[in-house]
Amino acid sequence: MNEQSHHIIGYRKLTGIWLVLLILTALTVAITRVELGGFKVAAALAIACAKAGLVIAFFMHMKYEGRLLRWLLFLALVTLAIFIGLTFFDVLYR
Amino acid sequence: MIHPEHKDYFGSKLGMWLFLFTELLLFGGLFLLYAVYLKRYPHEFATAGRQLDPVMGATNTVILLTSSLSAAMAVTAAQHGETRRVLAMIGGTILCAAGFMAIKYFEWSAKIGHGIYPGSEQLKSGPPGESVFFSLYYITTGIHGLHVVIGALLLAWIAHKAGSGEVNASDYILLENGALYWHLVDLIWIFIFPLYYLVL
Repeated sequence: MNEQSHHIIGYRKLTGIWLVLLILTALTVAITRVELGGFKVAAALAIACAKAGLVIAFFMHMKYEGRLLRWLLFLALVTLAIFIGLTFFDVLYR
Repeated sequence: MIHPEHKDYFGSKLGMWLFLFTELLLFGGLFLLYAVYLKRYPHEFATAGRQLDPVMGATNTVILLTSSLSAAMAVTAAQHGETRRVLAMIGGTILCAAGFMAIKYFEWSAKIGHGIYPGSEQLKSGPPGESVFFSLYYITTGIHGLHVVIGALLLAWIAHKAGSGEVNASDYILLENGALYWHLVDLIWIFIFPLYYLVL
């Protein structure tokens, strides 16, 4: 963890990410106005996950962090997935 | 005798991320409740969810995404040592936070004006699924709104430190952690917006 490895993200790149996030937001609104049934929830959540990924990777600098932070993030997300997965295992097959 | 101040850059950041993970699990629990009750009351959730205004929700989404951009730019400016730009960018983020809370205020007061709030007569006499939806709506957006206020106050304090030179190009971890907290607020809203305003 040496101090000189701090990566600086340029203003242009950040603005680019912001534009992509706005486009994805518009896409979510458009896709949920169409009648897709249950598929609507899955599509909206998939786009939300993509947006979250961009925010974490670039705005929160995770793309440029070391292994430890990335693994910890992975662990936190897996824990959340286990919570949600096991709850639905109960709720769906009760 | 003056001791040289010990700074642990990585330790500070690790601590912030660990805290953010607990926040993730807090909101994860609320989303889990939403998912389970959506499965139990799909029709009631649809009727209730369509009463929310997607235009206000979308406006707040754009505001928060912009505030996050501003916060991320503040960190870049600090790394370049551009103090005035740091202050301008944090100012932008705080302005967005105020706009977000103003819209939230209009949304909540319109709903409360129509007799829709936890424990109201109208919800008590209606189907149970709708009252569950609005309880979850108020608690989730309420806790999120609290985070917006705390984040804005935190950033205002950090801006004060940046103005006095305590946050600078060689020591900006405070700003970086404040921005991380702010991005979490944005991150949570990225999921609240489609789930409460769009998919129902």
